[in-house]
Amino acid sequence: MKIAVCIKRVPDMDVRFKIAPSGTAVDETGLKFDISDFDGYAVEAALQIKEKLNAGEVVVISLGGDVVQETLRKAMSMGADRAVQLKADGTHVDSFAIASALAAELKDGGYDLIMFGRMSIDTAHGVTGAIVAELLGLPCVNAISKLEFDGRTAKMRRELEGAYELVECALPAVVTIDEGIARPRYPSLKGIMAAKKKPLESKPAQLPAARLSLDALALPPERAAGRIIGEGTAAVPELVRLLKEEAKVL
Amino acid sequence: MATELSTPTYLPSPQLTPREGDLFNLDAALTEEERAVRDSVRAFVDEKVLPLIGQCYVEGRFPKELIAEMGANGYFGANLPEEYGCAGLNNVMYGLIMQELERGDSGIRSFASVQGALVMYPIYAFGSEEQKRHYLPKMATGEVIGCFGLTEPDYGSNPAGMITRARQQADGTWILNGAKMWITNGSTAQVAVVWAKTEDGDESGKSIRGFLVPTNAKGFKAKDQKGKLSLRASDTSELVFDNVHLPADAILPKSGGLKSPLMCLTQARYGISWGALGAAMACYEEALSYSKERVMFGRPIGGFQIQQVRLADMLTEIVKGQLVSLHLGRMKDIGTFTPQQVSFAKRNNVNIATDIAREARRLLGGSGILAEYASMRHMANLESVYTYEGTHDIHSLILGQAVTGLNAFGG
Ligand SMILES: Cc1cc2nc3c(=O)[nH]c(=O)nc-3n(C[C@H](O)[C@H](O)[C@H](O)COP(=O)(O)OP(=O)(O)OC[C@H]3O[C@@H](n4cnc5c(N)ncnc54)[C@H](O)[C@@H]3O)c2cc1C
Ligand SMILES: Cc1cc2nc3c(=O)[nH]c(=O)nc-3n(C[C@H](O)[C@H](O)[C@H](O)COP(=O)(O)OP(=O)(O)OC[C@H]3O[C@@H](n4cnc5c(N)ncnc54)[C@H](O)[C@@H]3O)c2cc1C
Repeated sequence: MKIAVCIKRVPDMDVRFKIAPSGTAVDETGLKFDISDFDGYAVEAALQIKEKLNAGEVVVISLGGDVVQETLRKAMSMGADRAVQLKADGTHVDSFAIASALAAELKDGGYDLIMFGRMSIDTAHGVTGAIVAELLGLPCVNAISKLEFDGRTAKMRRELEGAYELVECALPAVVTIDEGIARPRYPSLKGIMAAKKKPLESKPAQLPAARLSLDALALPPERAAGRIIGEGTAAVPELVRLLKEEAKVL
Repeated sequence: MATELSTPTYLPSPQLTPREGDLFNLDAALTEEERAVRDSVRAFVDEKVLPLIGQCYVEGRFPKELIAEMGANGYFGANLPEEYGCAGLNNVMYGLIMQELERGDSGIRSFASVQGALVMYPIYAFGSEEQKRHYLPKMATGEVIGCFGLTEPDYGSNPAGMITRARQQADGTWILNGAKMWITNGSTAQVAVVWAKTEDGDESGKSIRGFLVPTNAKGFKAKDQKGKLSLRASDTSELVFDNVHLPADAILPKSGGLKSPLMCLTQARYGISWGALGAAMACYEEALSYSKERVMFGRPIGGFQIQQVRLADMLTEIVKGQLVSLHLGRMKDIGTFTPQQVSFAKRNNVNIATDIAREARRLLGGSGILAEYASMRHMANLESVYTYEGTHDIHSLILGQAVTGLNAFGG
């Protein structure tokens, strides 16, 4: 099975962000970057499929400047066979434009399965996979937590609120991955060394003109200090009252 | 004629700006692969070691359940060549692995040091091709575990005086007698690298040779050393050899004299210089985060000058130590490092780590004495690290001799 996994380079979310002087981007000074969480699950799921079938190829694709090569190499150090960088400097926020460039690359790739994370953890648009499917005329199943195959049929599970859904579709298909599917492995040391020797192809991204622009970024207002309303069980009635009447969350 | 000013750009990653937590931007001094190795081991330690190590320490057991995964990840003998099943990493990567493992616990790092630098290395450096092919791939995966027996009950800092004796028989086989003490992994190992004298009346240690001794050999006994208050998540044993009969090919053919075990110690001490920094980093980070959360007299204790001095001192010493180990690693990679430089790094880095661990524990107030926090565990562990692989004093004497040319070991 030939699998493509589209991965995005995102900043580590555990830090305090600053907005760049442009007002439309995050200040990248001192940030640490990694594969977006859900995309990491997708890479792991793809590798497990390949290992189970003991055949096939896993290709990772990322759109961005040369910095994404490090992200691609990380996926190869986990076990992906080769990587493609769709070179595009600057920030890109129009999911349709990004999906178009990815679709152009994926179209003639002969992929049986194209995988995405359910959404990227920085911008959280969650639409790129679905747009790619539409552009390629392929079925798309979003946010799957389980994936199995019966010949050329993919059998998937989606988690719903208090229930789950079982879905089937014929390959080739596009799927987006939810976190339940597989915990990403640590790259082994041999994997890290091997990644240096795996092919990483860089080509210009065929990006159509963006129809969406990012006008301004703003940090949320500082949260007011918390309030301690009492201790132990005696405080519970007052807490419930405030959650109902003041915070209006109950 | 104008002289040309040359500005060497020695930073492998000049594009990196200092990350939060990396004030001195040491990441810029590492390559992408070196950072990838460190981050991978860091993730392993965060997810697999930290959740269980406090309890292991209290119970006084080494977490054997981690061995297979550490092996699969390539942590054992990682700087030895790929043709023997090892990861073939450079020495800076190897050091970073030790740093991260000891950020978990000195016992975990000790296990990897013994396996890699004290057992796999001598087999690699002094072994026959057959011994290398037989042992190294299985030791890299952790399928076979080794220990290193040099220290004896009456000969610690002065191993040249060892009593353990291997006598060659007429048919070429060997009979081993003696005892070793303080042997890490002693009760866990399947194979022991045992150092023994092969001639009578040898006081200088020139007849010392290394032997590969299967721990299930008749006459071999390993006994756990009880009552340790340090390095509790590590197996430390006494070994006794009572007429252990070894085949002729049990000897490491290229070993010869005390120099051979000392070469192993140089490898291990290099890794320890990084490892101790890992323990110090864990303590510093714990203290830093506690100082921001713990409120006393109406403000986080990190907002008081006393605690800021503490934290600034800790950070300063860690960064200095990292620069020493990194420089040492780069020299080791090009083959120019000396044992005296390794003594410098081991001595300094372990010493500052013991101080940092103690200061972190103090900053934590009463919480600092609990196993739930890491600082006191590291503080107690580092006392072993301070003593083994050449005590702090012995390394002072090595440095003293290097600078004065005068030998002070005798008094
Ligand atoms: C937890 C642990 C694990 C260990 N693992 C191993 C292992 O796997 N394999 C192995 O072979 N060994 C191992 N060791 C042994 C370790 O290397 C020795 O403990 C160390 O070499 C010191 O020897 P000693 O304990 O006999 O102390 P001694 O040599 O008796 O030293 C006692 C004190 O005297 C000082 N001293 C000694 N000589 C001089 C001098 N000339 N001038 C001034 N002061 C001096 C020392 O610095 C020290 O303070 C381990 C030790 C520990 C604690
Ligand atoms: C084994 C043990 C037995 C004990 N037994 C008793 C007992 O029998 N009865 C009892 O009442 N208590 C007892 N204690 C509690 C002990 O007195 C407290 O641990 C101690 O007062 C410190 O308080 P703390 O642990 O909350 O640390 P904190 O007060 O939170 O202090 C944390 C750190 O901040 C520092 N710090 C605090 N304020 C400032 C400041 N203004 N400027 C700079 N630095 C500051 C402290 O020096 C410390 O390094 C015991 C503690 C232990 C560990």
